[in-house]
Amino acid sequence: MDDKKANNKNVTGLMIDEEKKKGLFYFLYYVGRLLWKDKTGLVGLLIFLSVIISAVFSPYLAPYDPLKQNLKISKTPPAWYKNGSIHHIFGTDDLGRDIFSRIIYGSRVSLTVGFFGVLIASSLGMIIGLVSGYVGGKLDSVIMGVVNLILALPYLVFVVFIAAILGRSLLNVILIFGFTDIPIFVRVTRGEVMKMREEGFIEAAQSVGATTSRILFKHIIPNLIGPIVTLATFEMSAMIFYESGLGFLGLSVPPSVPSWGNMLSVGRQYLTIYPWIAAYPGLAIVYTGLGINLLGDWLRDVLDPRLRRAKK
Amino acid sequence: MKRYIISRLLQAIALIIGVLFIVFIMLHLTGDPASLMVSRNASPEDIEKIRHEFGFDKPLIVQFANFLKGAFIGDFGMSLRYRQPAMKLIIERLPATIQLATVALLFSLIIGIPIGLLGGSNPNTGLDLVARTTGLIGQTIPSFWLALMLIVVFAVKLHWFPAFGRETVRILGINFPTKSIVLPAFALSLFTTGQLARFTRSAVLEIKNEDYIRTAYSKGLPRRIIYVRHILKNAAIPIISIVGVQFSYLLSGSIYIETIFSWPGLGQLLAESVFNRDFGLVQATAFFTSVVVVVLHLLTDIAYGLADPRIKYR
Repeated sequence: MDDKKANNKNVTGLMIDEEKKKGLFYFLYYVGRLLWKDKTGLVGLLIFLSVIISAVFSPYLAPYDPLKQNLKISKTPPAWYKNGSIHHIFGTDDLGRDIFSRIIYGSRVSLTVGFFGVLIASSLGMIIGLVSGYVGGKLDSVIMGVVNLILALPYLVFVVFIAAILGRSLLNVILIFGFTDIPIFVRVTRGEVMKMREEGFIEAAQSVGATTSRILFKHIIPNLIGPIVTLATFEMSAMIFYESGLGFLGLSVPPSVPSWGNMLSVGRQYLTIYPWIAAYPGLAIVYTGLGINLLGDWLRDVLDPRLRRAKK
Repeated sequence: MKRYIISRLLQAIALIIGVLFIVFIMLHLTGDPASLMVSRNASPEDIEKIRHEFGFDKPLIVQFANFLKGAFIGDFGMSLRYRQPAMKLIIERLPATIQLATVALLFSLIIGIPIGLLGGSNPNTGLDLVARTTGLIGQTIPSFWLALMLIVVFAVKLHWFPAFGRETVRILGINFPTKSIVLPAFALSLFTTGQLARFTRSAVLEIKNEDYIRTAYSKGLPRRIIYVRHILKNAAIPIISIVGVQFSYLLSGSIYIETIFSWPGLGQLLAESVFNRDFGLVQATAFFTSVVVVVLHLLTDIAYGLADPRIKYR
């Protein structure tokens, strides 16, 4: 972010009048101070970063090839069990694959689905929501009718339905979550635009002759970033959940791909005798969900300038 | 109030027609529903037979008209696998799902609301931390993983509850589940418990700062009466809407739980029919669950209208 951009009014809603003149360095310092003040946000960020690192650097972090089978050592318990082995700290699965390595590689599927799913849903949802809220009238009623219809459906039932029809592939899973999640972003975007209209600054800009694109890019979108980023983090966590749930039912990525859901699905078959096969992939889901949710809660407080001022 | 109910009723009918359309379209997503329904090594003749049996060889608009006609009289065709009417199979499975969802909701109400209340009325204390943690746990622990871990601990290790299945006792002609319902209902309830704790906490926090509460304190009402008469009563309004939405979530969200515990309800039927590629039955189950959800939301809205006098004037 250069100086000029930082001088714009409330680029992210993070800076108040006297702070915003000082540019990028101060911005980072400011965010850092906020994080330090609210330790839960910091913990959330660190957890989330650790998951990203494990996804990006999987080949360097995983001690074994996640696909390498070795039936001789299959179903080895975790290291702290009596007959566990220090070489496989979380044990091995039914085919002798190292569970720890598979969990590290599994973060790739979860984060890919979460990231691209949210990218599709938020960008399309924002565009549709902006049109709906800004243009209004009949178009708005039609769009909101469809949005309310989709939001009224039992989500999980339909996701399972669509996934069963389209078949198992990473791309399908991303598309399913990306498209089925659009309505939430439409509703939030439209709601925010409506709120802005009531506050009157859009009307004020129109009355001094600002063009539509100027109003959109200088007034509406900067004010949308906060709520959309907050929603996006929570939706990302939800998608990671749903992806592992689909994997658990055998409807997500193909069985050969190491993913947390697929691992749980295998673990369920051996649950009563070898419970660790299911336990650790589940802990990975909990860990990731915890990080993203803590981060999201913190972002919600920080990105909403009204809340932040009220706190002081 | 009458106008409010009628307008909500019309909305619900419009939603159900929309659901019918979506459920119909879904099977045609890939363009060839017949080949979806057969196993991968089926002969072209088999596919042709299915195509004819389900009427997929007719024009799309005729198919939709037939589908609508059937839907109005509750006829969703035959299940490929069971060779029985889809609607009959669904109705048979319904009681188990309703029982599971009801017990799960009870768990959530009993645990979630008191925790939220205590947290909201004692902000920034240990109790508040418990309430916030409950909310977070509900959001971060997936029900299907919790279910597996509950089985490991309470069924395999401790033998307190059965690991799967639905045992019932017959009282007054109705089959009531025994303790076999405890683990599945608890696993299913966790998310709702978290949501209830969260919303109750924030509702109480918000209402505590209202002017009328300060008035009540200043006129010398005891704390207990203020809580029961003013805070609880007003907090109930947002909680009603959450409970309604959550109950529909519990009814439709039991796919994992019913599959894990072999609980013979709608969710298990759905998962089973997905694996059997019995898409007529999937379609019927999806439609039926959606209708239940829409009706529940309608009832919630009406209850909301009754509880909050302000809504009548909108």
